[in-house]
Amino acid sequence: MKIHEYQAKEIFKEFGIKTPRGRVASTPEEAEAVAKEVGGPVAVKAQVHVGGRGKAGGIKVAQTPAEAKEAAAQILGMDIKGLTVKKVLVEEASRIAKEYYLGFVADRAAKAVTLMASSEGGVEIEEVARTNPDAIVKVTVDPHLGLHGFQAFAVGKKLTGDAKKARAVADVLSRIYKAFVAYDCSLAEINPFVEAEDGGFVALDAKINIDDNALFRRARLAEGRDDLAETELRAKAADLSYVPMTGNVACIVNGAGLAMTTMDLVKLYGGEPANFLDVGGSSSPEKILTAMDIIMSSPGVKAVLVNIFGGITRCDDVATGLVAALEKHPLDVPLVVRLTGTNEEEAREILKKAGIEAGSDMDEAVKAAVEAARGSA
Amino acid sequence: MSILVDENTKLIVQGITGRDGSFHAARMKEYGTKVVAGVTPGKGGSSVDDIPVFDAVAEATEATGANTSIIFVPVAFAADAVYEAVDAGLALVVIITEGIPVADMNKIYHHAAERGARFVGPNSPGLISPGKAKVGIMPARIHEPGGVGVVSRSGTLTYEVVYSLTRADLGQSTCLGIGGDPVIGTGFIDCLGMFEADAETRAVVLIGEIGGDDEERAAEYIKAAMSKPVVSFIAGRTAPPGKRMGHAGAIISGGAGTAEGKREALTAAGVGVADTPSAIPAMVKEALGLPAD
Repeated sequence: MKIHEYQAKEIFKEFGIKTPRGRVASTPEEAEAVAKEVGGPVAVKAQVHVGGRGKAGGIKVAQTPAEAKEAAAQILGMDIKGLTVKKVLVEEASRIAKEYYLGFVADRAAKAVTLMASSEGGVEIEEVARTNPDAIVKVTVDPHLGLHGFQAFAVGKKLTGDAKKARAVADVLSRIYKAFVAYDCSLAEINPFVEAEDGGFVALDAKINIDDNALFRRARLAEGRDDLAETELRAKAADLSYVPMTGNVACIVNGAGLAMTTMDLVKLYGGEPANFLDVGGSSSPEKILTAMDIIMSSPGVKAVLVNIFGGITRCDDVATGLVAALEKHPLDVPLVVRLTGTNEEEAREILKKAGIEAGSDMDEAVKAAVEAARGSA
Repeated sequence: MSILVDENTKLIVQGITGRDGSFHAARMKEYGTKVVAGVTPGKGGSSVDDIPVFDAVAEATEATGANTSIIFVPVAFAADAVYEAVDAGLALVVIITEGIPVADMNKIYHHAAERGARFVGPNSPGLISPGKAKVGIMPARIHEPGGVGVVSRSGTLTYEVVYSLTRADLGQSTCLGIGGDPVIGTGFIDCLGMFEADAETRAVVLIGEIGGDDEERAAEYIKAAMSKPVVSFIAGRTAPPGKRMGHAGAIISGGAGTAEGKREALTAAGVGVADTPSAIPAMVKEALGLPAD
C-alpha cells in the first residue's frame, strides 16, 4: 500500500527525523493559513500516488501566503496521470546545498531489508542505477540483528566524506530503519535528503510503502487507504483480488495464477482482457454477485468469461452464485462458463436449469469468449 | 522415489482444530498420508477424525516420531507456529497460510537456514507424491503416479497443468507449489536439484509467473546443472506493470520481473516455453522421445 508524502513525513517526524515545517491542506484558504504560520517562502506540493508530479505542474514555490493560496487553487483538483489532487502539502522552502538519496527496501532476493544510499539525490534511484551504478552504496541488514551503527556510519562517510556529517547521516539512517520495522514498510525513502545551506540535514521528500500482508496489524494506516480505484477497494472489501484493465473480455477466475493465464489466453486468441479477478478459494454466491458487479463496471466489456478449476472451490457453489447474480443483474453481453473439478456435474446441472451451457476445456472457452466479444461489439 | 514427501512421511497438522485444518487433515489421511498428530495449543488430549491432538509440536513429535508438519494456523499466529516446528527439529515444514508479513518471513527464512530446516511456502498449496503421500490442499484425484516432476508458484494453475498431464498419461513423481509470496523457503532451484537427483523423475514442468527473478535464476541453473528435460509456462504476459496480481509476489516493478524477460531467459537456456498450459503434455512427450497421441 502506498501512503502520501505528508503521511510518510508524519512517520519520519515521529522517529525524530527533521522535515520542513508545514502541514497538509485541502483548500486554498487552508494552504494560505499554513503559509502564514510557516512564514517566508513555501513549497506547495500535490499529494497524489504517482511519480513525476513536479514535471506535471504539481509542485509550486510561493513567496507569500497569497501566492500559496493561488498555487493551491491551481493544484487542487488538478488531474495528474488520471488521478485527482485532493490535498496539498504546504511547507517551508529549503535552501539546498547538496542532495542525497537515502532508502530502505524489502529485498526479495536477499530475504532481508537492503539499505541503499547515494550522493546523487533528487533523481530517481532507478535512474542512478542505470546511469551511474557505482554511486549507489548498498548494505543488507540482518533481519535479526538490525542495522549496526558502524554500517550506518560507513554509509554516511562514503556519501559525505566527512566524519561529522557521516554521524548525522548515520543517525538519520538508523531512524529510518526503526520506522521501517515499526510500520512494516516495504519501502521507505528520503529523496532528496538535503544538506541545507545552514549545514543541517532535512528530509525534503518522503516516500513509504507498507507491506500489504502486514496491514492487518497496521489498521490505522489502512483506514484512509486511497491508493486504489474505488472498484479495487470494493473488491478488496469483498476479499476479491481485482485489477481493472481496458479490454473487451471480462474474466472471473479462481486462483491468481490461473486468472493471469486466462487473461494471457484471451490475448493469445485475439481478444483483450478487461480485468484480472481472482475469487479466491471459497466462493459464496454473494462473492460472485459482487464480482459480476465489479467487472461490469468496466465500460468496454463485450463478453464475460468464467473459468473455474474446482479444488477447494466447489464448482456448484460458483454455479449457484452465478445464477443468483444473473437473476439480480441480467447480463446484456454473452457469458461463457468453463468449469472442471470438484462437483462439476452438480454445477452443470444448476447452470443448465438456468439455461447456461458450461464447457470443460479452457482453450475452447477462451476462444468462445473472444469470438462472442467480437460478435457483440 | 519422489521428492520431500513419500510413504515415510509422518505428518503433524498445526491448526488441526480450525476449519481448513480439520477439513484437509481428513482429506490427507483419506489419501493415505500418515497423519500422526495434530497440534492446537489448549486443545491437547482431544482428537480430530481419530487423529490425536497435542498442545505443542515438541510433545506431538516426541509421542509420534513425526518428521513433517503442515501449517494451517491463522496469519496472526503463523510465524510462531513455524518457529515452533523448526525448533522441534522437523525436517520439512509446509506453510499453507497466506499473507504472512514479509518482515516475519525474512526472520523465519534465516532462522530456518541456520538450523538446516527446510520449509515450503508460505501461501503454498503444499505438495503431493502421487500414490504415496499428500501434504497439501490440492484435489487428489487429478494426480497419477509417474515420472514428471511439477514445480510451481501457483495453486489452481498447477492443478490445470497436472490434470492435463494426467489426461495425457503422464503421471507425476512429485507436484509442489512453492508459494505465491515474495519470500519463500524453498525455491525453483532447490526443487530442480532434487528432481535432477530423483531416480523416478524423468522430466520437470516448471510453472512460473511475473515478479522477481526466480525464473531467470532457475534458467541459469537448468543450463548449468540439469540433464533432465524441463518444460515451462509463465503466467502474466498481459499483466500491467506496478499492479499486484493476486499473489503478493506477482508484481512487475521498474520493468523487471516481466513474463517476456522470463520466457527469453528460459528459451536461451534451452528450456521449452509453452504458450498455453494445454500445450505442455505434448512438449513433455517430445522431450522424452515418447510418441504423441
